[in-house]
Amino acid sequence: MLDAKIPAGPLEEKWNYYKTHAKLVNPANRRKLDVIVVGAGLAGSSIAASLGEMGYNVKCFCFQDTPRRAHSVAAQGGVNACKNYKNDGDSVYRMFYDTIKGGDFRAREGNVYRLAACSASLIDQAVAQGVPFGREYGGYLNNRSFGGVQVSRTFYARGQTGQQLLQGAYQALMRQVGAGNVQLFARHEMLDLVVIEKKARGIIVRNMDTGALERHGAHAVVLATGGFGKIYYLSTLAMGCNGSAIWRAHKRGAFMANPSWTQIHPTSLPQSGEYQSKLTLMSESLRNDGRIWVPVNKDEQREPNQIPEEERDYYLERRYPAFGNLSPRDIASRAAKERIDAGFGIGPLKNAVYLDFSRAIKDQGEDKIRKKYGNLFRMYEKITGVNAYLEPMRISPAAHFSMGGLWVDYELMTTIPGLFALGEANFADHGANRLGANSLLQASIDGYFIAPYTMANYLADEIKAGPIDVRHAAFAAAEENVQQQLHLLMGIQGNLSADHFHKALGKILYDKCGLSRSKDGLEKAISDIVALREEFWQRLYVPGGYAINSELEKAGRVADYLELGELMCYDALTRNESCGAHFRTEYQTPEGEAMRNDQDFSFISAWEWTGAGKSPLLHKEPLHFEFVTPTVRSYK
Amino acid sequence: MRIRLKIWRQENEHEPGKMMSYTLEDINPHMSFLEMLDTLNEQLLKDGTRPVEFDHDCREGICGQCGIMINGRAHGPLKNTTTCQLHMRTFTDNEEIIIEPFRASAFPVKCDLKIDRSAFDRVIQSGGFIAVNTGQAPEANSIPIGSPEVEAAFDAAACIGCGACVAVCKNSSAALFTSAKIAHLALLPQGQIEAQTRVRNMVNQMDKEGFGHCSNTEACEVECPQQISVLHIARMNYEYNKAQILKK
Ligand SMILES: Cc1cc2nc3c(=O)[nH]c(=O)nc-3n(C[C@H](O)[C@H](O)[C@H](O)COP(=O)(O)OP(=O)(O)OC[C@H]3O[C@@H](n4cnc5c(N)ncnc54)[C@H](O)[C@@H]3O)c2cc1C
Ligand code: SF4
Ligand code: FES
Repeated sequence: MLDAKIPAGPLEEKWNYYKTHAKLVNPANRRKLDVIVVGAGLAGSSIAASLGEMGYNVKCFCFQDTPRRAHSVAAQGGVNACKNYKNDGDSVYRMFYDTIKGGDFRAREGNVYRLAACSASLIDQAVAQGVPFGREYGGYLNNRSFGGVQVSRTFYARGQTGQQLLQGAYQALMRQVGAGNVQLFARHEMLDLVVIEKKARGIIVRNMDTGALERHGAHAVVLATGGFGKIYYLSTLAMGCNGSAIWRAHKRGAFMANPSWTQIHPTSLPQSGEYQSKLTLMSESLRNDGRIWVPVNKDEQREPNQIPEEERDYYLERRYPAFGNLSPRDIASRAAKERIDAGFGIGPLKNAVYLDFSRAIKDQGEDKIRKKYGNLFRMYEKITGVNAYLEPMRISPAAHFSMGGLWVDYELMTTIPGLFALGEANFADHGANRLGANSLLQASIDGYFIAPYTMANYLADEIKAGPIDVRHAAFAAAEENVQQQLHLLMGIQGNLSADHFHKALGKILYDKCGLSRSKDGLEKAISDIVALREEFWQRLYVPGGYAINSELEKAGRVADYLELGELMCYDALTRNESCGAHFRTEYQTPEGEAMRNDQDFSFISAWEWTGAGKSPLLHKEPLHFEFVTPTVRSYK
Repeated sequence: MRIRLKIWRQENEHEPGKMMSYTLEDINPHMSFLEMLDTLNEQLLKDGTRPVEFDHDCREGICGQCGIMINGRAHGPLKNTTTCQLHMRTFTDNEEIIIEPFRASAFPVKCDLKIDRSAFDRVIQSGGFIAVNTGQAPEANSIPIGSPEVEAAFDAAACIGCGACVAVCKNSSAALFTSAKIAHLALLPQGQIEAQTRVRNMVNQMDKEGFGHCSNTEACEVECPQQISVLHIARMNYEYNKAQILKK
């Protein structure tokens, strides 16, 4: 039975209660404790720096050439925190409620409340580090309302909030590296977890420059390896984002929670050809003034500006009159897909919809629009070569954020004792749909304010364990396992690239386990993925050698994706309801709206690996709503 | 379109490299430059040869991992554009494109177009931070900062650490990169307490890493994708001199 270990008592008191009762490690003993942090994005850098400051021996790993490149860097919009600086009625409770409702009542009350309660401290921490958040003329911090929330709680640093927050965390980490408290291993990829007597005791990594495999032991291991949305191949994630670290931990016993819940962002740039490698996100703020439409006529040949008003279908305004173009992400994305699938898509591949500023420009003047969105219009022109002041943008939905991830309890510990998962790598706080600007927050809060306490609580009992010996048989076995897989991949010598398989997998998942899912589709997807996986192990070709070799890196990641993708389909298939980003076509109202089923599905799906070729085993963690009553999320 | 490529190929840090020629037919002008390299690599892989190694990750101009010399220009011909944001429509049909890694003695070539920029991390380690531990921070609004000051600090903080400034500098100086961090922190009240030790340590580290001296040619600003201004170098020199005078 899964125990989330949520402290009893009133919502507002749970975290305080935990903190005051958690075990502590005496400063003199911290030097005797080794911690491994895999990942150096917001979550990884913040926990590694914090633990280093406290005096633990920390090793921090990332696959890029420096931590400053982690994909947290790409977040544009902002970070939420309830400071109530605008005096507009924000409070921890409201932020908690918005988040839990936004997640379609599929997250834990205790976790979400803690996220909201810790949010204000993050802004303090970031400002002290030198993060240049936007300010008002009086010198005080500015913030804005984002993603349809009624209060202003989103702090921002121009359109580069993630970059600036990451620099704050990166600099804190570099300070600890300089001070000798943290050892940094850039260009090192974690390829296995070492478990000894049921506890996480270390990892096997590959030095991506020399190809050497290395063993690292520790008293606790943190995975802060980010999201795996790149499994769809075309996504807003970076090329190297992967699910390998968490997947290999899963195969060593860590449960995966809600793996199929993926946020598909409505406003990214559409794919323009088969060669395309990534989809660039256009900030959601564009929907404040842009109107989304497709032609009424399927075979429309005219340029958008030539199509008269009455021959345009402003489908969001039509279906959701109250929220219109500002409908939440999952709803806006699904509505776009519905039109595109019905044959009304626009552009050469008929895979996009228009985002039109002509009315806003007419009403407010081009100058005003330029002031609000000038940088985004410039970016659009840079990528597409099109001037969006003169003709509508083309946008389409793209895979963006993994709500699912490793199952963790209230202490952010996985089902393997001593293995923690932080940031987007865990399934944590977003339920079935993440609210904009909440994930930079979650990644940072996990690292700065939660794990330092919960890890100490665990490590306090590890002092007597003594140094971890990497000559232990479990290390040798794990290293052998990695070695073998690398040999296998190199040895296939077929004629197809890892990207070829990745693209094929992405297409299956996007079509059948993306914006909308159905029983038949998912069953088909599972058999297609199994077949694709077989083909992969027969026809893959990895050129080059064992040292620097991007193809070998990609091959390992795709091998994991081909297993993770199958689990995602199982997850979607067993959830016979529609909630948040998970929309099962069988469970919808006659008007096409999602039908949640609280009676039977108010639980978190936590999956156990049972071995290659065997069906995964589902465990259920029931969700209890003591403080709020789940309601229907209606945006009509 | 048809593209003729000349690319620097080098097995590893120790072996010498050389230029190799490749031709690609049917390149779509809407492709990004890196997608063109993906296409080349797919072709090389089909032919059973080792693809070209190059650095990249976000492919949206913000992580700073991409960066190559294209026809002698860092990140290619467009202003304020990283390599990943460059598109093939910028080039003409049948054009010859010469591709080389960023070169500087502090940035050794690891393989083909991949280089080692860890020297930048060590420059930051030497002082590119505000020494505040987690949990020490006061209420954010207790430090009011004028909007123009914050915007100026932001302009400097926008650096993505790509190294183009070093690669285009005839002295391989890291002055633009280092000064951007010094200016970012020196422009904020929180950063002033450590301003003197910071500038001394970072400038010393920059020298230790083997970056050359700045002789004010300003090529760096021209090629910087983030429009980092050379005025920050002037500020760094000012802060450095101030620190040296006050050091006693
Ligand atoms: C384009 C985009 C825009 C976004 N905008 C916003 C926004 O405006 N507001 C918001 O709140 N959220 C936003 N998000 C989401 C948010 O940015 C992420 O959820 C968050 O930054 C994740 O942080 P992280 O530390 O968990 O992971 P990451 O920052 O992705 O870091 C992962 C780290 O793990 C390392 N790693 C991964 N695998 C391995 C391995 N096998 N071995 C070793 N190291 C490994 C990587 O090197 C990296 O250091 C956005 C996301 C995207 C993609
Ligand atoms: S100053 Fe400009 S060119 Fe130099 S590293 Fe920073 S962003 Fe790149
Ligand atoms: S790949 Fe990230 S800046 Fe170019």
